[in-house]
Formats: sequence, structure tokens, C-alpha cells
Amino acid sequence: MRGLSIRGLTRTFPGQGSAGPTLALQPTDLDVTPGEFVSILGPSGCGKSTLLRIVAGLDRPTAGSVTLNGRQVTRPGPDRGMVFQSYTLFPWLTVEQNILFGLRERQVPQAQAREIAAAYIARTGLRGFEHHWPRQLSGGMQQRTALARALANSPEILLLDEPFGALDHQTRELMQELLLEVWGADTPAARKTVLFVTHDIDEAVFLASRVLVMSARPGRVKAEVPVPLPYPRDWKVKTAPEFGALKARLMAEIREEVRKAALA
Amino acid sequence: MEPLKPVTATARLLLGTGFFVLFVGLWALATEGGYVQPLFLASPARALAAGWSLLTEYGFLHDIGMTVWRVLGGFLLAAAIAVPLGLMMGAYKGVEAFFEPFISFARYLPASAFIPLLILWAGVGEAQKLAVIFLGSVFQIVIMVTVIAGATRMDLVEAAYTLGAGRGGILRRVIIPAAAPQVMEALRLVLGWAWTYVIVAELIGAQSGIGHMIMDSQRLLDTGQMIFGIVVIGLIGLVTDLLFRQLNRRLFRWAVL
Repeated sequence: MRGLSIRGLTRTFPGQGSAGPTLALQPTDLDVTPGEFVSILGPSGCGKSTLLRIVAGLDRPTAGSVTLNGRQVTRPGPDRGMVFQSYTLFPWLTVEQNILFGLRERQVPQAQAREIAAAYIARTGLRGFEHHWPRQLSGGMQQRTALARALANSPEILLLDEPFGALDHQTRELMQELLLEVWGADTPAARKTVLFVTHDIDEAVFLASRVLVMSARPGRVKAEVPVPLPYPRDWKVKTAPEFGALKARLMAEIREEVRKAALA
Repeated sequence: MEPLKPVTATARLLLGTGFFVLFVGLWALATEGGYVQPLFLASPARALAAGWSLLTEYGFLHDIGMTVWRVLGGFLLAAAIAVPLGLMMGAYKGVEAFFEPFISFARYLPASAFIPLLILWAGVGEAQKLAVIFLGSVFQIVIMVTVIAGATRMDLVEAAYTLGAGRGGILRRVIIPAAAPQVMEALRLVLGWAWTYVIVAELIGAQSGIGHMIMDSQRLLDTGQMIFGIVVIGLIGLVTDLLFRQLNRRLFRWAVL
């Protein structure tokens, strides 16, 4: 069984104090084939990050299972690379050392590790910043490094949890293009599987080959919208009529959920 | 003056030295002007002269050396035990649950109250002096390091897990380096406190040291020497603090200290 397979995944958070338990994620099924780029779109608090964290192994489901390439996920591992919304570079390591972190942990020989790091530094446009500390970098550069750090481990799937959520609009658009460029640099057969969580409709459509819309809490996948725009895509695709039509459809789906979430 | 508005570096320097000048000026006025008897308070000039004779005639440098040695010895011993223990307690909640209640209790035991007991156990030699500093510092360091290590950013820990780090890797490659600058800052703070314990330790049953000298001067009613001794402690404290700060800046250039 290749790819990611999610069956009956449920997550309930225990209640605190007098409040009862919260159902964050309703039983969810999902299949992602290797090389697919899937966006998970939903209002805040809908459980999309919970879903991603369970796939990463950082959170445990109340029921159900996650299987990646035939192996059940029980704990975090380097086969599932992740980029977080918050800046999670290790502040005491330089850009290059951050990228080497996972390679060192897996005891990749040093010469080979440095070669891999150099390749991803080049691919993510970080040349000249190898020896900078995270605090010397802009938010965009930090997230480039985080992306390179995740990719350097050659994970089977890339989990992106609103990685550009804290960036300003222009930087964000640049980063989306960079991500597509890095992802698309491999041949279609060798491309990484990507799960991309976002609440930004433009971002979801621009990046993904399939968009899943999640309902307001308790979260479930309420709609699935394929994005038939061919890769490679560049920013101009955002002005194409097909893009507009997809956006309109997703907007209608999501508005209803945002309203429900706001009233809840 | 405007609330929270910064002042220039020159103004800061002038104001800072200004108060020193004012302080010494008032001191000089009170003593030289005859408002306070020399028996109770020596004048600044008398204190300086007393200090000069202490250094040149009475081997005060040896006393200073002894005191510095005791502070550093006791403090380093305490740090060598307390820092690893604190890191373990911060990282592993089970270890914390085991030690924390006792250490929270022990850190309120005043080190100076142990002096009679320590004299009984260890005599009046160096071991007893080191033990006072050690007892005064060790629990404080443990508690501070525990809090620092326990507050390691969870998102960094999670990032390390997704990069393939195991449990040992989290401790070695995330918790320890993340805590290091703050641990050093905590040590700097506790070293300052260790200076107050050493003097107390030297007031009782010591044959050398700054505290011993101050005690001797009391018998001779030499307030000049006493004040000089106190000022020397203040100066050494200030210098070690500055050195420590410099060291931390150099070691942790990645952090903004």
C-alpha cells in the first residue's frame, strides 16, 4: 500500500474543569497517493492542524489509524517532514547547522550530509546565508530554512502547517512560488507527497492538485475539489478564469463554515 | 523628564557617576564636618588610608585571595551538581516530582544557620567554608535550572522529533543548548549571592579572608578598615559580574542577552 491512508481518524480533547470533552475531529477517512499535493482548507479551530499533527505523530488519535506506505504511524519520525507556522529553527544553530540537524541525527556521513545541505541551500535560495543565525533572518528566510531542513531528511511526505501564515502578503506569495518550484523540480514520479494546511483559499488552490474543505468544529472533510490546473504553475495562474471559478466555489463552501465557527 | 523615554549614553554615565560623587560627598561632609564620630564612621580618606596599610602592611591581598577561592570553590561544586540535576528535573517530570518538594523546602533553609552545625561536622577549616557556600547556592541553582529547562519551547522539541531525534537527542540537542544561556545567567545571579554567604562564613571561626579581617577590625574599632573591606567585596562582586556577562555574550552570540 503506497501513499498515505487515514481511516476513521477521531480526536477528542478531554474537558478542562467543568467543561465537557471537545470533539475536534469527527471520524475522517482520507487517501493521498504518492506525489500528490493536497491542501486542507478550513476555518480556524476546525481541526485541520490536529489532523496534520496526528499524521506527524505529534498527537495521538482517540480512534482510527494513519498508515504511511504500509506502516502505521505511532510516533514522530524523519519519514514525515514538517514545517510549522511558528518559527522553529533552532536559534543556537546557523542556517546550515539547522539543515544538518536531521542528517546528523540519522548519522549520515558528514561529507555526504554537507553535500545534501548545500543542495537544499541552493534550491531554497539561501546561498550566502549559510552561516547566519536565525535571529538575523527575516521570517521568509527562516521558513525557507525550515523547508530546506525538512526536505534534507528526504521524507516520504511533507507536512506543512500554515507555514506561511505569519508572513506578510507579498513574502507569502513568493514563498508559495518557491515551494512549487522546489516541489516541482523533481520528475512527476519522484515528487514528494505534500499535505498543506491553510485557511487561505488562494494559497490552497494555487498550490494543490486537490483541495479538501473542512467543516467548522467538530471537523470533518465536507468537500473535495480537484484543481485541474497543470503544473508548473506561476503567479499568472491566479488571474486565470478557471482559478477564479475554483476560488468562487471554495469561497461558498468555506463561508458557511466560517459563519458557523463564528457563532459557535 | 518624559516617562519611558531613553536618555543618551553620556547622560547615563554622568547621572550614574553623579550619584557616586554625591554619596561620597555626603559621607565626607558627615565625617570630616564632625557630625559623626570617627569611632562610628571613618571618613572616605581614612578608609582609603586604612585600605592602603591593609594591602601593604597586613597582607590583605592574601585575605582577598582566600575569599575569592572559597566563593569560587563552593560555587563551582554547587554548580557541578546542581546544573545536571536541574536539567534532568526540567526535562523529566518524574525526576522533578521526586526531588522538587524537598529542594523547594531546602532552599528556604538559611545557609548561615548551618554554620554552627557545619563547624561541628567539618571544623573551622576550608571544608566548612566551602560547605556554607555550597549549601547556600546548590538548591537555588537546582530550582532555577529546573524552571529554565522545563520551559524549553515545545515547538522546538516537536520540530526535533519530526527531524528524527530520539529522547536522548531531545535532551542533548534541544533542551540543553536552549537552556544554556539562561542557565549561565542564573549562575551569574547565584554567584552574587555566594559572595554574601562567604562573608558570613568568615565572620565565625576563620583565620583569613575579608570577613575575618572585618571581624578583627571590629575588635580594634577600626571603621576605616571595615568600610574598606566592604567596598572591596562590592568591587570584586561587580568585576566578576561584568566578566561573567562578557563570557555569556561571547558564548551565546546567537542569543540576544
